[in-house]
Amino acid sequence: MSIGLSHYLAVAAILFTIGVFGIFVNRKNIIVILMSVELILLAVNINLVAFSTYLHDVVGQIFAMFVLTVAAAEAAVGLAILVTFFRNRGDIAVDDASVMKG
Amino acid sequence: MAVHAIAFYLLAAVTVAAGVSVVSARNPVHSVLFLILAFFSAAGLFVLLGAEFLAMLLVVVYVGAVAVLFLFVVMMLDVDFAALRQGFAQYMPLGGLVALVLAVEMIVVATTVATGGAARGHDAPAVAGQISNAEAIGRVLYTDYVYLFQAAGMVLLVAMIGAIVLTLRHKPGVRRQVIADQVARNPKSGMRIVQIKSGEGIDL
Repeated sequence: MSIGLSHYLAVAAILFTIGVFGIFVNRKNIIVILMSVELILLAVNINLVAFSTYLHDVVGQIFAMFVLTVAAAEAAVGLAILVTFFRNRGDIAVDDASVMKG
Repeated sequence: MAVHAIAFYLLAAVTVAAGVSVVSARNPVHSVLFLILAFFSAAGLFVLLGAEFLAMLLVVVYVGAVAVLFLFVVMMLDVDFAALRQGFAQYMPLGGLVALVLAVEMIVVATTVATGGAARGHDAPAVAGQISNAEAIGRVLYTDYVYLFQAAGMVLLVAMIGAIVLTLRHKPGVRRQVIADQVARNPKSGMRIVQIKSGEGIDL
């Protein structure tokens, strides 16, 4: 049985779902939520690269690179906010992060 | 072809298993390590797809930078992670149901697209031509997408400055050099002429 585009798309779909599931079940642990977001973005990248390869168009890989850039920036800023929050509150429970009542 | 299939199923299985472990591990340090494993396996999938450059980028950027950043933060914060796991069992059934429905839907859509949508007639992945994958990316990235490339650099710069500004802490009681004050100093403000009477001290 040869491996086709649908196989890669299925893997990406499963990985995406695992990320969403991780956000669902780890609602209090913001570190794991950030890691789940990274998993979701990785699934998106797999999708982009798979389509790029099977459609013989390298632009998909360029776009995957930009997604990678944004994911790295997001992780850096998110973790910086997390560290600042921990310094101010001494805890990282997201449930308590409603001081501003936004 | 069989080797390709075996490699795909191995890498895919490891990726998915590592992903499950990321969201279900008790210790966040283990979560980060499983995240690294997931990224490594995904990089292997990229190599199978013929995107070698992106695979290396994934290893360098994610494993080398982002995952280590996560590891630093997890180890730096002194948090009771057991308390944060409260509600895991509570949200598990509903989350699992939603995830299952989502996965089935997405796989059905993906299969439909892969067999009959825009990808129709593209059964074979791109074969390696005369130029390498990195060269092909470079030829497009530095011509058609050069402005977006610069914008991506700007995004990283802003993220870097933002992270530094957010975590920078000014400790009280630390004497710092203030360049502006030094430059603004002139003889009038920096010097005082005092006539001292003999036999007395001076109060500065």
